[in-house]
Amino acid sequence: MLRPRRTRPNYTPYLLLLPGLAWLVVFFVVPTLSLASQSLQTGNVETGYALTWHFQTYVDALSQFWPHFTRSIFFAGTATVLTLLLAYPLAYFIAQKVGRWKNFLLVLVIAPFFTSFLIRTLAWQTILTDNGPVAGLARSTHFTDLLQWVHLTNNDSLMNSRFAVICGLTYNFLPFMILPLYANLERLDHSLIEAAGDLYATPIKTFWKVTWPLSLPGVVGGTLLTFIPAAGDFINSRLLGNTQTVMIGQVIDSEFLRVQDYSTAAALSFVLMFIIVVIVAVYVRRAGTEELL
Amino acid sequence: MTEKTSGDLRLTGVTKTYDGFTAVDQLDLVIPRGSFFALLGPSGCGKTTTLRMVAGLDQPTIGQIWIGDRDITGTKAYQRNVNTVFQSYALFPHLSIIDNVAFGLRRRKISDHKAKAMEALELVQLAHIAKKKPGQLSGGMQQRVALARAIVNRPDVLLLDEPLGALDLKLRRQMQIELKMIQSEVGLTFVHVTHDQEEAMTMADTIAVMNSGRLEQVGDPATLYEHPKSTFVANFLGQSNLLEATVKSRAGSIAELDVHGVNLRLPVDRLANGTSAVWLGVRPEKLRLVAPGSTHDQTGDGNRLTGVVADASFTGLATNYLVRLPWGQELMVVQQNDGTPRVTAGTQVTLGWAPEHGFALDANQDAHAGAQDQADDSGAA
Repeated sequence: MLRPRRTRPNYTPYLLLLPGLAWLVVFFVVPTLSLASQSLQTGNVETGYALTWHFQTYVDALSQFWPHFTRSIFFAGTATVLTLLLAYPLAYFIAQKVGRWKNFLLVLVIAPFFTSFLIRTLAWQTILTDNGPVAGLARSTHFTDLLQWVHLTNNDSLMNSRFAVICGLTYNFLPFMILPLYANLERLDHSLIEAAGDLYATPIKTFWKVTWPLSLPGVVGGTLLTFIPAAGDFINSRLLGNTQTVMIGQVIDSEFLRVQDYSTAAALSFVLMFIIVVIVAVYVRRAGTEELL
Repeated sequence: MTEKTSGDLRLTGVTKTYDGFTAVDQLDLVIPRGSFFALLGPSGCGKTTTLRMVAGLDQPTIGQIWIGDRDITGTKAYQRNVNTVFQSYALFPHLSIIDNVAFGLRRRKISDHKAKAMEALELVQLAHIAKKKPGQLSGGMQQRVALARAIVNRPDVLLLDEPLGALDLKLRRQMQIELKMIQSEVGLTFVHVTHDQEEAMTMADTIAVMNSGRLEQVGDPATLYEHPKSTFVANFLGQSNLLEATVKSRAGSIAELDVHGVNLRLPVDRLANGTSAVWLGVRPEKLRLVAPGSTHDQTGDGNRLTGVVADASFTGLATNYLVRLPWGQELMVVQQNDGTPRVTAGTQVTLGWAPEHGFALDANQDAHAGAQDQADDSGAA
């Protein structure tokens, strides 16, 4: 085949990359470096900061706030598992079973986004309030006793507890789990399900041997989109929790804006980023789906 | 679960309707154990629905399906000792080839599943790629893996749903021969669904021709071809010339028929009792074309028609002619490239054929039934 001879190298792909790269440099690389530098500076807001390579800030911040880190990971992890349990059947149902109602149901999944994040979280105060029907039902079925037994609440009420924070996180991040799962399960080739049945697999075996492994990319995508923002969240625990449920996002928020200890806040941000990167790397490796991401 | 009393596959009065549309209508069929059986028909004739009902992927609306003396109607696919080679192969993309083949054995908790799977892969000559993933294989290789994955389970019935449809012509021919060899080697009952009449004829011991959810005719390829019982079968299996004829007399073993004033003959046993109006059929390759003044007239004392060559096309193996008869109808003639002189368009010719090469069909049928279906399908394939 004849090909036109290349007279000059093709710069178009690089030109197309330029806006995105510029954006990343200005709004990610520069702030990250500035944050790194801030975390190693000493001083205060009045007299100004100087870069002193003060690594002790990290040691102090970690020793003081490590419970907040573990708590954040626990809340985010629990909420991620719960969203997965809720989202998987729903996404499967929408993708494989409902036919022409698909788009309508997807709109319903996204519909909560039309309301502010803050309003939606505040609504959970009303839902879980002590004299509301949910709390009443939970008390009459002794669900509150179960929650106390597993230390998710401290008393008969549902509000201002670990339970309420996990509910808020689960609710707020549910769409981020549903959408990647839906996108994956929608492509699932139905003939593979039939083939598994044809080869003596019961419906349950078919799920675990065919559907689940094939949906892993969606599961990984959904869990990452849920876990990462949930681990850094500071709204749910402020509005739905108590002093015992403070998450690391809240600590960073108050260190920056109230205490105005910029160095500690920057160090905490860096540690959180590091922890999340490590967890994600281990998780993705375990799921064995690097090539699918 | 493995050693059940295997036997013939029987469908009795099987009907399947979807939202008022009848896909399969009152189907009665016996598929003998160990045979290579083809379900042949145009797309939408109900052959795939029939196969899915045997597999357990669909349930009949009415009727029963039996294997030997066991009624398997209503059982789920995973409870049936029936395996399918899917049209799309449906190999599990996340499993290696060997794990794909061992899938059914594992589900049935068969101990030496790895060894048995390797054996099956050797049968299809793919043992060397056991560790690869389906995505790394060509279409032909995937097809063989799908076959190995099914036969490794030694099912009572193996179903093949247009298994060669996605392969190119050369590979298809090769796989047809290979499939037939494997079938005789393993001795399983193969039920092969196809719209390709040539494929069905090449491979199957018995062919069931289906049309609009009903069986048109069941028989071995030669019988179906030489003695079609309906215009659909006559046109769908190969090509047929159908002449409008009236029975004049039935003297002895030969009947006399009138076709537009020409006297033609046919063995009496080809005619149903009491019929007078029939389609007289003859295959294009049975017609002998004799040019005027030709010294070697081989038509003997057979039937004769005269006409004018309207079109002649040389294909190498043969020459295809269209010969226009005095009443305007055009007959297809295939003349083998055996040294007989070729004739050009416009020549006045005589067509002759032996009476026993003719067949008669009920005149109440559409003379073109099945002809268009075949053209459409072969065009799409």
